[in-house]
Amino acid sequence: MFDLDRWQEIYHVLSKNKLRTFLTAFGVFWGIFMLVIMMGSGDGLKNGISQNFGDMATNSVFIWAQQTSVPYKGFTRGRRFDYENSDVRALDEAIPEIKYLAPRTNVGGFNGASNVIRGLKSGSFQIFGDYPVFDSIDPVNLLQGRFINELDLKEKRKIVVIGLRVKELLFEKDENPVNQYIQINGVYFKVVGLFKSKRTGEAASFDNQRIHMPFTTCQKTYNMGDAIGFFNITSKDGIQVAIVEEKAIKVLKKRHAISPTDDAAIGHFNLEVEYKKMVGLFLGIRILVWIVGIGTLLAGVIGVSNIMLVVVKERTKEIGIQRALGATPRIVISQIITESVVLTTFSGYFGLTLGVGLLELINYLLDKSGANTEMFLHPGINFNVAITSLAILVVAGAFAGMVPARKAVSVKPIDALRYE
Amino acid sequence: MVDISNIHKTYITGNNKLHVLKGIDLKVDAGEMISVMGASGSGKSTLLNILGILDNHDHGEYILNGVRIENLNERKAAMLRNKFLGFVFQSFNLVSFKNAMENVALPLYYQNVKRKKRNAIAMEFLDRMGLKDWAHHLPNELSGGQKQRVAIARALIAKPKVILADEPTGALDSVTSQEVMDILTDINKNENITMLIVTHEHDIAKRTQKTIRITDGMITEIIKN
Repeated sequence: MFDLDRWQEIYHVLSKNKLRTFLTAFGVFWGIFMLVIMMGSGDGLKNGISQNFGDMATNSVFIWAQQTSVPYKGFTRGRRFDYENSDVRALDEAIPEIKYLAPRTNVGGFNGASNVIRGLKSGSFQIFGDYPVFDSIDPVNLLQGRFINELDLKEKRKIVVIGLRVKELLFEKDENPVNQYIQINGVYFKVVGLFKSKRTGEAASFDNQRIHMPFTTCQKTYNMGDAIGFFNITSKDGIQVAIVEEKAIKVLKKRHAISPTDDAAIGHFNLEVEYKKMVGLFLGIRILVWIVGIGTLLAGVIGVSNIMLVVVKERTKEIGIQRALGATPRIVISQIITESVVLTTFSGYFGLTLGVGLLELINYLLDKSGANTEMFLHPGINFNVAITSLAILVVAGAFAGMVPARKAVSVKPIDALRYE
Repeated sequence: MVDISNIHKTYITGNNKLHVLKGIDLKVDAGEMISVMGASGSGKSTLLNILGILDNHDHGEYILNGVRIENLNERKAAMLRNKFLGFVFQSFNLVSFKNAMENVALPLYYQNVKRKKRNAIAMEFLDRMGLKDWAHHLPNELSGGQKQRVAIARALIAKPKVILADEPTGALDSVTSQEVMDILTDINKNENITMLIVTHEHDIAKRTQKTIRITDGMITEIIKN
């Protein structure tokens, strides 16, 4: 309930020495302001880095073939080998922890580019042969048409799904690419789908220059025989992909006569490990931000507590009068705590607002200037954090008022009245 | 109304023990107006503070309006002060940031009386003190006599059983002192409120029914005026 007398008293106390109140409030303001700015910057850094992952399943591992480095079973070292279609079934049967298993090929070797032609236009793009399951591992936004399906695979259909950049370079602006034909390395394919990357920045423009065709079509059309370029495997939920990785390498080594001690023959990249490193890094940053932020805030709150002690001391006689007239300790304590909470909450709210405002400004300027956002994107703090810090402020304010309030009622009324 | 027997009070500061009250017995009937006199350091203020539940006694018994005052926590003490006692101080002790009306209404604020109602009652009391026109002035805009009248209105507003006045005229000139005493005697007569006045002025003491002289922590003389 609104109590005018209480607020009159708060106003009197806080406005009595305006400079002192301002400086005290500034301590809390600065604490929360720094917390918001640091937290927002941490988030910006995190957003910037994580955009490179898109919606990619982070519990995935890539496995490809390199050269052997240890002589084994009569083979010399330095032997090249290829994975085969039969490896897919073998892996699937040997490793129950696998969720998705996507064998993939690419035309022109890893990172190679092929010449793609349509009428008078042409371009160089990455060509992949894929299983439909690939869309579950590294999803894209399908803008038009469809992705590769099982029937395409079975019938080795000559169809492709193209990225947005491919469409921009090969088609007119308002042209519908679906059901049109493009020529890849001399062979015509029908376009059945158009997609856009879920990533942003440089990673996205890389994605948008891809062309996907059915895995079987790719093998047959470009004379790859049985060869598989690489595997992309994800583990079942709750299982570390490292377990799958280890088992898969073991199975593949056995099937391709590679020495168990040969670490160079099979190339592999565990995305989960990288991702966890990154998550750990951001957790570290976050913890640091909280420690520093809370520390700064604490310094501000201690300032408030200190000033409240001074205020209580100054008002000893006044509080004594109030108690002589019938103010119970509860009334006195709640009055002082309210003063403290009002001071911290008000200045804290101001700091919060200004901090969020500054972050928004940075965000706006970043967007407008079109700066490279590879490392830093959308700084900001989420609503929960803002509410949490406000709650912390209120609680901290209450604690800051507690000691002075106790001190105020610990004096005997008569001593308070006699105080000059 | 007030019944104390064998009250002792000792102040301990460091290694020094100061035995201020050495067994005080006093009975004050309802509606009596009594003055307490004594040299400074004789213990008269200490006695008043104990009667006002602003301080506690070490030994003896204190019964106020039938309630035994013993081992009270601060909450109970505050409530008893609010309900039974009104205070008038030498230095007025008005709250500086509240105007006359709000100062008078303060005891009712602690009884959770609604602001409108308590301010209306406060205006009534100020009117009786002849201060209606000064209701919205802050204490530092009032003269000494006016301040003391505001303080008396404040002491009266909660309809106490006993008013305790510690040198109520100590800071006032003789004319104003007599005016304040007129008001206090009026209240005593018309409202039948018990009154204890600590003073060192004989002409003030003379206006009460009984004067109690305290010397060195003991009652040495009771004079009927």
